[in-house]
Amino acid sequence: MIKVENLKKVYGEITAVDNISFEVNKGEIIGFLGPNGAGKTTTMKILTCFIGATSGSASIAGYDVERESFDVRNRVGYLPENAPLYTDMDVLSFLKFIAEIRLISGSVLGPRLEQITATCGLKNVLRRPIAQLSKGFRQRVGLAQAMLHNPDVLILDEPTSGLDPNQIVEIRELIKNLGKEKTVILSTHILPEVAATCSRAIIINEGKIVAKGTLAELSSHSQEYVVAKIRGDRQAVESKLKTVPGADAVRFKEERNGLSTFEITPKKGAPAAEEVFRAVADGGFSLAELRTEGASLEDVFQRLTRSVS
Amino acid sequence: MKRFNAIFKKEFLGYFNSPIAYVYLFVYIGLTNWLFFKTYFLSEQASMRSYFGILPILFLFFVPAVTMRLWAEEKKSGTIEILFTLPLQVVEVVLGKFLAAFAFLAVSLLLSISVPISVGISGNPEWGPIACGYLGAFLMGGAYLAIGMFVSNLTENQIIAFILGVVITFGFYILGSPIVTFSLPNFVVPLLTFLGLGNHYDSIMRGVLDSRDIAYYLSMIGVFLFLNTYTIETRKWR
Repeated sequence: MIKVENLKKVYGEITAVDNISFEVNKGEIIGFLGPNGAGKTTTMKILTCFIGATSGSASIAGYDVERESFDVRNRVGYLPENAPLYTDMDVLSFLKFIAEIRLISGSVLGPRLEQITATCGLKNVLRRPIAQLSKGFRQRVGLAQAMLHNPDVLILDEPTSGLDPNQIVEIRELIKNLGKEKTVILSTHILPEVAATCSRAIIINEGKIVAKGTLAELSSHSQEYVVAKIRGDRQAVESKLKTVPGADAVRFKEERNGLSTFEITPKKGAPAAEEVFRAVADGGFSLAELRTEGASLEDVFQRLTRSVS
Repeated sequence: MKRFNAIFKKEFLGYFNSPIAYVYLFVYIGLTNWLFFKTYFLSEQASMRSYFGILPILFLFFVPAVTMRLWAEEKKSGTIEILFTLPLQVVEVVLGKFLAAFAFLAVSLLLSISVPISVGISGNPEWGPIACGYLGAFLMGGAYLAIGMFVSNLTENQIIAFILGVVITFGFYILGSPIVTFSLPNFVVPLLTFLGLGNHYDSIMRGVLDSRDIAYYLSMIGVFLFLNTYTIETRKWR
């Protein structure tokens, strides 16, 4: 449905998007993930034909974003970052304006407006000027605007930013439902969002794709490790831990209130946690905490994008 | 055509959705009437010469006030991103916005109908030059609007759009006047006189309808609307 090949965008001396390629199939919800300034918004602006790429190509539903921009814009619904809207209009006239441009009229218009305002929870604010709406409601008007013509592809730039926790859950549900029949790309720097809504994620950093795949695939990038909090002489504990057969590496993290925290990377398949427990007991130290960490999206994300910050 | 209508309607009503329109109309009508009637009854002449005479200068400030928001506001608020990711041709948007501004200017000219009515009641004016004056005012206003709208596209700051608009229209206005041409070599003078915004208006206002004057204003409008469309279409690649 969406195909991006070697896309590149250079602003002066800054390369915002650097040779990225990916594909999105029909009915997928893709999370576009990356720190601020990674190139997510730029990529979305190219896909929605707002700006042109420096090189490379992108197509939506088989239409090239550059040469067949009109066909692309006809089929895409776009929510730009921060949902910019005509604030001097009221919600209904704004949606009607969009409908007119999308050539939705006559007997289709009424039911369509009815449906979309119900879905987006806008029924009670239809006559309110957009300027008076809260950030959450503006975001919903932006979503309504993007979905009005029932597009095959939705491109949403940070759809849940500025919403309160309840609204976030609502919008995520909405997006999930949409994803059943539509193709959705959403960008975010909030990781649980991807875990909650997306079937696949693309992690982008400094304009490059650093990882892509299903959540399970991405998590496998990251190795698990054992965290142990142990009471006892730091040196002694550390040398004891190094004798654990399943331990690949032992790192000292911190010491607080006499408790030393260690991170132990296990050898592949080794029952490291159990072995650590036995070693600690064997050495006569006392164990305050033992847990296995890692393999979370947060972990992958931080490891892949840390070089910038 | 439907899309063009949507843009036109939104932009035209947009003027009246904010207090700008009412402030503008109030000040414009107040000022023109006051300037006109201040001397009208002293001159003992039933004509609108003095009304049309001050328009080129008044428009210098009033027209950029109408056009300054057209693009600058869209850029500042980011709505331009909504606008140009909709299935619209740039030309449709440019024409829609221009004609909405033109219609608004027409409203302000029509609301100063008190002037010709008073002239008609108080004397026996020649209506020919008055009709020509209005035609000239529309044409000149259109050219000012096209320039102002083009300038609004160069910035996202409405104040800068206003000031640049005043400066550039003023530049075109004095281009053909003696103050500029007297020091220049003879062969450029006819060209500048033709390009200047003011001279053509002066002859229309006198009641001389020359197709060259009309063509001049229409082509000024055309050129600036084209430049406007062109700069938006090429914006993508910057």
